[in-house]
Amino acid sequence: MTKTVTDVICPFCGTLCDDLEVVVSDDGKQLLEVYNACVIGTEKFLHSQAKDRVTRPRLRQADGSWKEISYDEAADYTASMLAKAKKPLMYGWSSTNCEAQSVGNEIAEISKACCDNTAAVCHGTTLIAVQDIGLPTCTLGEVKNRADRVIFWGCNPAHAHPRHMSRYSIFPRGFFTGKGQMSRKMIVVDPRCTDTAKMADVHLQLEQGKDYELLNALRVAFKGEWLPDVVAGIPKEKIREAADMMKSGRFGIIFFGMGVTQSIGKNHNIDEAIAVTKDLNEYTKFSIMPMRGHYNVTGSGEVFAWQFGFPYSVDLTRGFARYNPGDTSSIDLLNRGEVDAMFTIGSDPGAHFPISAVKHIASVPSVCIDPHLTPTSGVSKLHVPVAFNGVETGGNCYRMDNVPIDCRKVVEPPAGMLTDEQFLVMVRDRLKKLKGAA
Amino acid sequence: MANITLNLISGRTIQQGVAIEGGKEKPLYRTACGIIELDHEDFKKLGAWKNSNVKVTSAYGSVVVKAIEATQGPHPGVGFIPMGPWANAIISPNTYSTGMPTFKGTPVTVEVAINEPILLGIELVQKQCGVNVG
Repeated sequence: MTKTVTDVICPFCGTLCDDLEVVVSDDGKQLLEVYNACVIGTEKFLHSQAKDRVTRPRLRQADGSWKEISYDEAADYTASMLAKAKKPLMYGWSSTNCEAQSVGNEIAEISKACCDNTAAVCHGTTLIAVQDIGLPTCTLGEVKNRADRVIFWGCNPAHAHPRHMSRYSIFPRGFFTGKGQMSRKMIVVDPRCTDTAKMADVHLQLEQGKDYELLNALRVAFKGEWLPDVVAGIPKEKIREAADMMKSGRFGIIFFGMGVTQSIGKNHNIDEAIAVTKDLNEYTKFSIMPMRGHYNVTGSGEVFAWQFGFPYSVDLTRGFARYNPGDTSSIDLLNRGEVDAMFTIGSDPGAHFPISAVKHIASVPSVCIDPHLTPTSGVSKLHVPVAFNGVETGGNCYRMDNVPIDCRKVVEPPAGMLTDEQFLVMVRDRLKKLKGAA
Repeated sequence: MANITLNLISGRTIQQGVAIEGGKEKPLYRTACGIIELDHEDFKKLGAWKNSNVKVTSAYGSVVVKAIEATQGPHPGVGFIPMGPWANAIISPNTYSTGMPTFKGTPVTVEVAINEPILLGIELVQKQCGVNVG
């Protein structure tokens, strides 16, 4: 006999779909089927059952081979590495729960570390812009029930957030959007004709890296002022058409992604996108929301901000929290060679940092806490596999609209495997002893 | 055959998402991310068959990937490598004091490299970092 667990949360992207159904064996040890999830979410659940999964910590030997060690030995190694380091970097946190993040922050405080989450290569520039001028935003429920103008700027939810459009933004029938997709106008701004762009009423295929110019041109168009014939590769008539479409809605939302945050201009692009939203509120109701990637990167920002006062790029080396992206941010710290120990959890900088930064990770003592084999585990001295968050352990997470949702445990981890939080508690207790902290 | 110059961007694809959750040590990750998507016109300028191995070089490094026709085109003059170690071997690490590398908008040169192998993801990073893997 099998049993079906309902209302399961998907721990892949920031959409945090909460309607999954997972079939598990009667003893709760095997995960058999996943329903309602996208193809990526399904893969995440099913991969937890892989037969070739690493289930014990492994320490790199002098000859390059791995030696299996116990969790106790792994915690000893990690605590000792952090205790010795002058400027350790504790990076990741976005694929783990808020409880583990909080224990991690205790460790960071004791070891006077720099701590950062995956916003560093994702929506970090958004956070800077929000601190510049604020963020008129809403929840995804409001989008579902009210939004009749939906703009996807530099994001491709058809690929990156596969169920976003069907659950919240385009297709669902909401309270004031009873005709679903027919109730909404969709504008996509992207230099590629993406699968999302192919569905749009208007696709503005701008020249890559000209987001600021186009956002600025929209602000001009809202006011009906003079525009050049072409801005960012888009004819002015099309810009005016898009501007009129935005102004004529009852409730609009701008979702934006890496196309804006990672292109040249960076936080200034977001400044301008938020200013567009502000301007639109002169005519109608408009909101803006970042399309957060990792399922709990938002939660990591929340926990950092709650405990240290800043959402990412926090430097505790002086014994108090400092925040100065460009100085205290992971990529810059690594590229300048300032980090003397690397602690990675719930992310993969080996795959997603520029190679110049990864080379520095490979050159210092390093620990990678991750259920998967990754390029980060491949260059780290110690790899600590843990239970899958959201599959083999529950915990609190934040959706991209800052709504906290508790993840569910649906299946037991392989015998003897620890969760992130359990392992971090072991490290924290050892570190306290080494540092003589209370 | 000629070298061509493109503006490189990286980003997520659904195949990349499936591959990272399915195991980055597996060949599927290379199939999903060890590629560059080019427009038909850019293929003509390059003088290469579709699905040829090509070497992509920027001011920050070079990497061998498979050139495939754009799946979400057209985007003339723009090359797309899904986010991952192959793209990150060549993107600009400059953050301009924002903390964010320039993952989108790196000038690159593409040349045909039929006989050069495309490495697996973990292997590529280990090789670039000089990690002794026994």
